[in-house]
Amino acid sequence: MTASKKTIAKRVPMPNQPPDVRRNNFDEVALGYTKEMAMEEAKRCLQCKKPKCVKGCPVEVPIPDFIAHLAKGDVEKAYAVIKSTNSLPAVCGRVCPQEIQCEGACILNAKEQPVAIGRLERFTADEYMHMDACDLITAKPECPYIDQDRKVACIGSGPSSLTVAGYLAARGCKVTVFEALHEVGGVLVYGIPEFRLPKEKIVAKEVGALKELEVEFVTNYVGGKTFNIEDLFEQGYKAVFVGVGAGLPKFLRIPGENFNGVFSANEYLTRVNLGRAYEFPNYDTPIIKGRKVTVYGGGNVAMDAARTAQRLGAESVHIVYRRTADAMPARHEEIEHAVEEGIHLEVLSNPIEFRGDERGNLTSVLLQRMELGEPDASGRRSPKPVEGDVYELETDLAVIAVGTNPNPVLLENEPGLKLNKWGYIEVDEATGETSIPNVYAGGDIVTGAATVILAMGAGRRAAKEIAHRFGIED
Amino acid sequence: MANTILKKEQLIPGQTSKLVIDAPHIAAKAQPGNFIILRVNEKGERIPLTIADTDRENGTITIVYLVLGKSTALLEELNEGDDILDLCGPLGKATHIQKGGTVICVGGGTGIAAMHHIAKGHHMAGNHVVAVIGARNKDLLLFEKELKSFCPEVLISTDDGSYGHKGLVTELLKDRLEKDKSVVEVVAVGPVPMMAAVSKTTEPFGVPTTVSLNSIMVDGVGMCGACRVTVGGQTKFACVDGPEFDGHKVDFQELRQRLAAFSPMEKESYDHHCRCKCNDSK
Ligand SMILES: Cc1cc2nc3c(=O)[nH]c(=O)nc-3n(C[C@H](O)[C@H](O)[C@H](O)COP(=O)(O)OP(=O)(O)OC[C@H]3O[C@@H](n4cnc5c(N)ncnc54)[C@H](O)[C@@H]3O)c2cc1C
Ligand SMILES: Cc1cc2nc3c(=O)[nH]c(=O)nc-3n(C[C@H](O)[C@H](O)[C@H](O)COP(=O)(O)OP(=O)(O)OC[C@H]3O[C@@H](n4cnc5c(N)ncnc54)[C@H](O)[C@@H]3O)c2cc1C
Ligand code: SF4
Ligand code: FES
Repeated sequence: MTASKKTIAKRVPMPNQPPDVRRNNFDEVALGYTKEMAMEEAKRCLQCKKPKCVKGCPVEVPIPDFIAHLAKGDVEKAYAVIKSTNSLPAVCGRVCPQEIQCEGACILNAKEQPVAIGRLERFTADEYMHMDACDLITAKPECPYIDQDRKVACIGSGPSSLTVAGYLAARGCKVTVFEALHEVGGVLVYGIPEFRLPKEKIVAKEVGALKELEVEFVTNYVGGKTFNIEDLFEQGYKAVFVGVGAGLPKFLRIPGENFNGVFSANEYLTRVNLGRAYEFPNYDTPIIKGRKVTVYGGGNVAMDAARTAQRLGAESVHIVYRRTADAMPARHEEIEHAVEEGIHLEVLSNPIEFRGDERGNLTSVLLQRMELGEPDASGRRSPKPVEGDVYELETDLAVIAVGTNPNPVLLENEPGLKLNKWGYIEVDEATGETSIPNVYAGGDIVTGAATVILAMGAGRRAAKEIAHRFGIED
Repeated sequence: MANTILKKEQLIPGQTSKLVIDAPHIAAKAQPGNFIILRVNEKGERIPLTIADTDRENGTITIVYLVLGKSTALLEELNEGDDILDLCGPLGKATHIQKGGTVICVGGGTGIAAMHHIAKGHHMAGNHVVAVIGARNKDLLLFEKELKSFCPEVLISTDDGSYGHKGLVTELLKDRLEKDKSVVEVVAVGPVPMMAAVSKTTEPFGVPTTVSLNSIMVDGVGMCGACRVTVGGQTKFACVDGPEFDGHKVDFQELRQRLAAFSPMEKESYDHHCRCKCNDSK
């Protein structure tokens, strides 16, 4: 076959639950490709000699290689290729912002639709889920011998720690993960909702696979409170990875923010996801089911909160954002899905005050209309208030999703850890090591709220260094 | 990490109980002022309870709880030998304890048990501790014996006068502050109106006053912001910045309103629990 300038087929669409059905349930929205669909999509890839997509991927998955296997229908080989650099592909295929990473960089993106790399990654990982656990982590059929003296501790059980655990356990280290909450997985369990990332099917499976490799999970153990880093070294741990994630939610700092009915997204989503409040009163954690819901912010967290409120039966959900929709940092797919589900984007609008009744319950919000100003030096047009244009919107549930500050619990009690000027942990760029020798850190506690894949990348960097110091890797 | 209940004592039958729990990892680190978060079963809610006492040698912690709604009712169903599913701690900042002179520790209702640990801390640091405790009547008074074991003075009030002074703890407190200028600090633990009243009582005397706030919590480790309270016009997070704050600066009115945020659902949850139990026993 000659490399003719053939027209590229359209992207194979992802089968989804119809919007008017899914807005009433917590089941996963995207249903996943069938093998036929995956093979068809895989064939769209040009197999570039110098693939741009790989450069766009924070952990440099050899993308064209795995896609080539898929195009031939060889899922097993495709899986082994992905697994060589990415330890949680079923998660990443679902939640990575592909449009600014691999798919954004894909050569086809310039003129056509890029290869649906994320969907192919997800398909490959899901297909492989039935294989046994050691396979799942090492992509090798047999489990490694675990050396009980090579003890490594991870604090926090989010994607960064899970990556450290997977990488080192696969190389024979004895890893223990200490988690403050009663469930393992970090934001993957208490933040990202079930309808985007199924907990039993995906997260629990990945965690279960780690348990097969003798990774021990200790829940209800709080670094800085129940134990200190020093205690771990005394107990014979040779290296410690700190992956405690982002912390206290930021609020808007406007009047009325402590009325009942105003939640941080963290609280709202934690009640629903970790506390299973969507099954209240069968489960005991309560949640206020808003009638007229407003959500503040434009990221993934805001989308998740809005869509959760929709599923809990809200009459209307408004996402209030001070810029325009195209400036929203959320994954494009999430914004699209939210709009399809009937969520209203109240853009160019900024909250200035919450109002409540005499019992302290939220009743409405005052919003300031915004407009885009002249482009600044960077060419970006920043929003500014439209003089005198203030309006009121009825709301009985407001969810604030405007970011987080570093979590103080561990940091306050580990004064030896050097912090950067934003209050996050400072690490060596090459190794992930902190100011305390053999203590590493990564994920949101180093970068501030970021992404799953960046947290995993950081975990991998630290794990490699730990393996190197153990002398089990160059 | 079995979190086994070693000892259970009904202090006020059907209403308030004390549990001694095997939790060496928590006992080893617990300080006065700290609390734990527990969950009774797989579908349970995370609820915070103060550590009322610790025994490092035996590796135990003591909690005292008032049976109020579903979660505490479920806890009350557990017996000696049972395990608590999830037990996490010690959480919150420890009480700031300095040697300085006379410290008055005021406790009301179940708060007396929580106050006990703080009073003990002050005693160990060498302070002269005056305990002031109150309840509606004599039968509802907790921890009198425990406090008397180390406090040189224990002042008692009951609403109905069945024991000690007839009236409110704040009356005893005011009286004492008027007579005794050596008081360097007042600590109050109890229902919100009582802590508000104590703070108001001490204000004219200019005596630093510490209150332990019981705002609604979810994670208890500084992640969700549910526990926020306004102190001196600023938002603080009770689980990580507290639970103890300067009583003269706390917005008690807001705290009271926020504590009622879920009341309709709490009632629903409790009714649901009772209905299920009735069906089970049929
Ligand atoms: C609602 C929501 C939606 C998101 N959507 C996306 C998305 O679509 N795509 C994407 O890429 N990213 C998304 N993110 C961001 C992503 O989830 C995070 O960047 C990522 O999870 C960070 O991983 P981490 O390893 O740093 O730790 P986290 O996942 O934050 O986990 C940290 C863990 O440490 C525990 N911990 C904290 N303190 C202690 C302590 N002292 N001792 C012991 N344990 C402790 C915490 O309880 C938690 O379990 C989303 C985040 C949220 C909140
Ligand atoms: C730091 C702290 C220490 C505490 N120490 C003690 C103690 O030593 N002994 C004791 O009896 N009680 C203590 N409490 C209060 C105790 O947590 C609540 O009584 C308990 O959660 C009630 O749960 P429930 O399901 O039985 O009642 P519900 O019917 O759910 O609630 C009854 C009332 O308890 C409060 N409450 C409900 N859920 C929570 C929650 N998740 N967190 C905090 N408060 C809640 C609300 O004001 C509510 O109106 C403490 C609270 C805090 C924050
Ligand atoms: S850039 Fe796009 S077309 Fe090229 S190899 Fe990567 S996925 Fe295939
Ligand atoms: S209880 Fe969640 S931040 Fe305090």
